[in-house]
Amino acid sequence: MASALDVLCPMHVTLDPEGRMTHAGPTLCKLRPGRPLIGQPFLDLARVLRPSPAPDMAGLLGLAGARLRLELRDPPRTTLSGVLMPDGQGGALVNLAFGISIIEAVRDYTLTNEDFAPTDLAVEMLFLVEAKSSAMEMLRQMSLRFQGERLAAEERALTDTLTGLRNRRALDAVLERIASAAQPFAVMHIDLDFFKAVNDTLGHAAGDQVLQRAAAIMSDVTRGEDTVARIGGDEFVIVLDRLNDRHRIEDIALRLIRRLEDPMSFGDRRCRISASAGTAISTDYTRPDPARMLCDADAALYAAKHAGRGCHAFHQPAQDGARLAGGAGAGP
Amino acid sequence: MHGLINMALQRFACDTYGTGFWDTVTRDAGLGFAGFEAMLTYDPALTDAVLDALAGRLDRTRNAVLEDVGTYLVSHPAMASLRRLLRFAGAGFVDFLLSLDELPDRARLAVPDLDLPRIDLADLGEGRFSIACAAPRPGYGHVLTGVLRAMADDYGALVTLSPVAEGAGTETIEVSLVVAGYASGRDFDLGARTG
Repeated sequence: MASALDVLCPMHVTLDPEGRMTHAGPTLCKLRPGRPLIGQPFLDLARVLRPSPAPDMAGLLGLAGARLRLELRDPPRTTLSGVLMPDGQGGALVNLAFGISIIEAVRDYTLTNEDFAPTDLAVEMLFLVEAKSSAMEMLRQMSLRFQGERLAAEERALTDTLTGLRNRRALDAVLERIASAAQPFAVMHIDLDFFKAVNDTLGHAAGDQVLQRAAAIMSDVTRGEDTVARIGGDEFVIVLDRLNDRHRIEDIALRLIRRLEDPMSFGDRRCRISASAGTAISTDYTRPDPARMLCDADAALYAAKHAGRGCHAFHQPAQDGARLAGGAGAGP
Repeated sequence: MHGLINMALQRFACDTYGTGFWDTVTRDAGLGFAGFEAMLTYDPALTDAVLDALAGRLDRTRNAVLEDVGTYLVSHPAMASLRRLLRFAGAGFVDFLLSLDELPDRARLAVPDLDLPRIDLADLGEGRFSIACAAPRPGYGHVLTGVLRAMADDYGALVTLSPVAEGAGTETIEVSLVVAGYASGRDFDLGARTG
């Protein structure tokens, strides 16, 4: 009978009426190598955690048929599931299993397929844990890759390819965010002067280089927290973050225009451009609306152009009525 | 076709011949993207195109390539986790053979939409087994041949394998076990951690 049980339930143990172990299955023996189990009290090997502690054999027998959770007393303190039934002669038969402690148990005791009954799902469980972990890892890798690609795509979607500046879409997002942040800012609209002449006389390749140099100058003249966007052929918008001081803004605009007026050379050809700029300041509005401010900055830009090339003008809130009439249709 | 199957071809190409070789294959196959994703599903025509491109570049038949893929899946260090999953099926090579018909169900347990072809095993006695692999698309039998050869090696069993016999919708292999414990085989620790 014992040898049949060793195959059917390799983790069983039989107890005599005093609660001493009289036989233990081969896998159970493997959990405590070098420590003879036979003759020792079962409760010295393990203690009952659930449903209630059993201090002695009578207590154990009182748990007959119940789903037991036990813990080995010595480290590694593996938890085990078990069930106990009286053997009809005062003793008992206990069958044990690893339950969800199987993963650690297999490592702690270097168990193999042969240590489990053929009907035991332990090996299937190990298979499943490992297979699912592999599948999860593949999904995780895939998510990481997709995340990287998504960020790169978003960056591309917000960047002007030719100049590396932000594009119109990015500008709209920045204005949206900054206008709702309740802090001062300025919107400067810039238009290159004589750019068409460069394109016409030196060709589009030179025109592209002019745009790239102009972009570099704008990034250089502005601060890191400002946003520089190219929104059209030779049209740019700079959003100056937390800045409403007219002197400082004027200073930035004029430095920018002077830098843009420096002659540029392409091989042995030289060219000169200039720029005009118009600025709207958020604190001139009771509720700054990005679209309206862009429109006003554009109108100020046209006023600057009107005053002569290479100039900068502010949107004047007092002249709203006149500006709206004059600027209609010229907005971005 | 499940991404895992396409991924098997891709990893085989990359790990055996290099990523440059794989890039060439994707171009030959007109794939239009750099690589497969393991958990997505693809048009089977892409799998066919990749197989043709692989065979073309390697100057071998599709079947020969597929058998190499089968061997790669078990024996290449990069595939250690798959080899472990296969070893869970049985303690010895014969146990492994006897559990082969469970393989599609085991695969589905891990990845529910992975549809592997049905495998039927017949014990012919005297250590001979006939393994019939359903072939909704031709080639699975050749992959299985590579897998069986490598798994026999893994278990340390000496076997001979017949060439794949192609029938209507079935590819059949005959396995003869010469010596079960011919070599010591590779270790398999149920609880080992893999990366």
